Amino acid sequence: MQKITCEQLIEKAVALLNDGTVSCVLGWKKGEFDYDITPALFETEEELKNEFVWNDFCRANFSKYLISKTAKCEGKILVFLKPCDTYSFNQLLTEHRFDREKVYAVGIPCEGMADIDKIKAICGDGICKIECGEKIAVSTIYTDEPTLIDAKDVLAERCINCKSKKHVAYDELIGEDGDVIDSGRFDEVAKLEAMTPDERFAFWQNELSRCIRCNACRDVCPACTCEKCVFNNPKSGVENKSPANSFEEQMFHIIRAFHVAGRCTDCGECSRVCPQNIPLHLLNRKFIKDMNEFYGEYQAGAEVGSRAPLVNYTTEDLEPGEVFDRGNKDA
Amino acid sequence: MQRIGVFVCWCGSNIAGTVDVQAVSEALKNEPGVVYSTNYQYMCSQAGQDMIKNAVKEHNLTGIVVCSCSPRMHEATFRKTAAAAGLNPYMVEIANIREQCSWVHKEMPIGTEKAIILGKAAIAKVNLNTPLIPGESPVTKRALVIGGGIAGIQTALDIADAGFPVDIVEKQPTIGGKMAQLDKTFPTLDCAACILTPKMVDVAQNDKIRIFSYSEVAEVGGFVGNFDVKIKRRARYVKEDVCTGCGACVEKCPMKKVPNEFNLGMDNRTAIYIPFAQAVPKVATIDPNHCNMLKNGKCGLCAKVCAAGAIDYKQQDEIIEEKYGAIVVATGFNPISMDKFDEYAYNQSKDVITSLEFERLTNAAGPTAGKLLRPSDHKHPHTIVFVQCVGSRCAACAEKGKEYCSKICCMYTAKHAMLTRDKYPDTEVYVFYIDVRTPGKNFDEFYRRAVEEYGVHYIKGMVGKVVPEGDKLKVQASDLLDNKQLHIDADLVVLAAAIEPDKSARPLATMLTASMDTNDFFTEAHPKLRPVESPTAGVFLSGTCQGPKDIPETVSQAGAAASKVIGLLAKDKLTGNPCVANSDELMCNGCSSCQRVCPYGAISYIDKEFRMPDRTTKIRRVASVNPAVCQGCGACTVACPSGAMDLKGFANEQIMAEVDAICK
Repeated sequence: MQKITCEQLIEKAVALLNDGTVSCVLGWKKGEFDYDITPALFETEEELKNEFVWNDFCRANFSKYLISKTAKCEGKILVFLKPCDTYSFNQLLTEHRFDREKVYAVGIPCEGMADIDKIKAICGDGICKIECGEKIAVSTIYTDEPTLIDAKDVLAERCINCKSKKHVAYDELIGEDGDVIDSGRFDEVAKLEAMTPDERFAFWQNELSRCIRCNACRDVCPACTCEKCVFNNPKSGVENKSPANSFEEQMFHIIRAFHVAGRCTDCGECSRVCPQNIPLHLLNRKFIKDMNEFYGEYQAGAEVGSRAPLVNYTTEDLEPGEVFDRGNKDA
Repeated sequence: MQRIGVFVCWCGSNIAGTVDVQAVSEALKNEPGVVYSTNYQYMCSQAGQDMIKNAVKEHNLTGIVVCSCSPRMHEATFRKTAAAAGLNPYMVEIANIREQCSWVHKEMPIGTEKAIILGKAAIAKVNLNTPLIPGESPVTKRALVIGGGIAGIQTALDIADAGFPVDIVEKQPTIGGKMAQLDKTFPTLDCAACILTPKMVDVAQNDKIRIFSYSEVAEVGGFVGNFDVKIKRRARYVKEDVCTGCGACVEKCPMKKVPNEFNLGMDNRTAIYIPFAQAVPKVATIDPNHCNMLKNGKCGLCAKVCAAGAIDYKQQDEIIEEKYGAIVVATGFNPISMDKFDEYAYNQSKDVITSLEFERLTNAAGPTAGKLLRPSDHKHPHTIVFVQCVGSRCAACAEKGKEYCSKICCMYTAKHAMLTRDKYPDTEVYVFYIDVRTPGKNFDEFYRRAVEEYGVHYIKGMVGKVVPEGDKLKVQASDLLDNKQLHIDADLVVLAAAIEPDKSARPLATMLTASMDTNDFFTEAHPKLRPVESPTAGVFLSGTCQGPKDIPETVSQAGAAASKVIGLLAKDKLTGNPCVANSDELMCNGCSSCQRVCPYGAISYIDKEFRMPDRTTKIRRVASVNPAVCQGCGACTVACPSGAMDLKGFANEQIMAEVDAICK
């Protein structure tokens, strides 16, 4: 369960709204289901008190929303940022995607978010009510008593492998700040690297063949903020392609991984929103792992204005030939 | 649709020898857009060019493909031809079927096939070419010369002579450089000071030239014709415009034990000093590392004796900002450190010296007033061994020395040997060499005089070891021609140390975005045809910063650099290269990736108002390329995540079309 309460956040939001610091609040509200918490813009105290939600299902990363919201909103926007969201926040600032002056960022600690698929695996389908307390109480239409689940048992993959409990950007912090964590997030990548090329191809073929090209991964990605995406641009030659064949569906995700390389903060939103449960974050993590190994540790978004290794030349950079040799060895 | 003419050149037998030019022009006839295709013996000749011009008129051509030599050879030629025929010069593409085809293939069928493919690629590109018009930028009519040695001095004088103002930035307190430290100069043996100091005085008296001595270039921005330079003037604690150079302060200064760098530490100077008698500007400088007043606040003698009141202990470093049209690099050289050459006992014995130290020892203004005396016991040496190529031509020992030949050592060693024998005939002089290299006017005659008239012992072979023993230096060497080992008891050993570019050159190159080779010598734009220009427009090279040189060569290169600068400054406007990056503002999301990778600082960001589909307006931050600064390297087009950046004349679309044409 989360250490800070929903009431604390509402109290903070109302206070900032009423003293005129901010004119609107970017927060979460209930969606169609209890586990389906969606981002929402709140403009009054009443809305906040009635609809604002904070629990184990507030998974959305708000950073990208700031691009469109700051452009529209008069005055400042209050945004609540979990530690992992602050990296995307910084990365977008590095890329000048929104005006920092128009944002009031409140950092909130996060104990990890729940994965609804893991809950469904325990309780089955037909979930009609979820209450988040000490434990997550899940009621379904088939059972009388709610099932009590420990949040620790149903953590999302990206939260199990959480890279940081430390906020790298905020105007104000609620609760205590944590530390950068030495996570095992590259273990899965290492497993892929250990495969033979054929096995690896089969793995990705299996995963990517499920892609329906809904573009959810692209639309949610805080690194995908082009004015016009190449996949929407008739001049690019790859625009509006539905997955006509397996090659194209692979190329979409590989092109996307290349486009965000060095800028991806590994927030994991791509895999979260994928309706087909494709582990897209593994592609990005492979790039991050390679860059760390080739050019030294680099975390996109750790600080504003940092230069990603791929667009920064230093005399210590390794020779392209070494990358090539390693590629040959892996193959 | 374009109307393209294809012109296949035989280049005599250069191309026609391995490429069936008739087959190539026939095959390319059927490519999309091609309306005319022919071949000719020498396309670059007047007749060949007329052929192109006539074809443009006859067939209403809109694009031209010339299958010939490298575009580096004749692209400019054919662009002019196109312009003369009324076409935009950038509607011409060259398919390189000589360097990249006929010269590397031996078999006619293979060469022909490849030539056709290269032609197809060029045609595919021309189909997407658009007329390009170069922009113009104004020229600031002032030059900056970095380094005040003989190279910088000569360049500055020549530029000023043409009427343009010049600033010299010199990091030492005086201009003059290495030449000021030399004694006589080969091959005519006139005294270095006698020929250099008048030039230094000319510089000081020329009202077009400003000298920023004891200063460094701190920052360079801008581009050819419009450089913005920040010059850091280090505090010398003496008001330069007030000091008369009388030297009273130097006499009175109690700190008399500071190693004198002008004499390479072989004697001492005071904490307040004027490097040498003919220094320009003749102004005292306080060495803050040794001045008691600056270190501890005690003393102040110099301020008391200074009649002009020029001493200012509170002086601060000062940054001067100035605009320049052209920059000349003349950063010069230094002998390499002898620390890694233990075999010659340089660090063990005072009597093992470098050639530059030998110059000071024989110079009338040097530590021994020109008498050749051993540094250790001030006795006259009777046996002197000169060792050539110490650290030069050192292919096997790259971590110790340099792979290149330092070029000047053979000649100055011959000079040293000859002068020693001339002044002190009782001295035995040995020179150990790998080769004696004397290409230059009157150089070989000079060397032969040393051997034949002055009886210098030239021995082909290297010195293996020098061991100090008592007051002698035991020299072990091999005589390769006689095939025997030699043991010489020498009184003095002189090492012809390799020369290397000054350490300030590397950071300067970074500031100027001028390229360097692995030895930190500046690279010229073309080793034969553009030897005094750096590949970075507006940056010119003078003297040893570009490669080892003697004085006559340095002076001629300095003059050549000056003439290039004058040519540039004489223009009111500069025509740019139209093949520059441009940003599609509708696609640009203002992320700054391109700005960060641009090595020329050509990209800035502007806030621009856009009309949105819903009739509202929106202000967005978008990239804007300064076409005068952009060199068309294309780094930004690769870095742009949105694909908004593209290179005119080398658009991604055009390159993909070429690749497609090759792969078809």
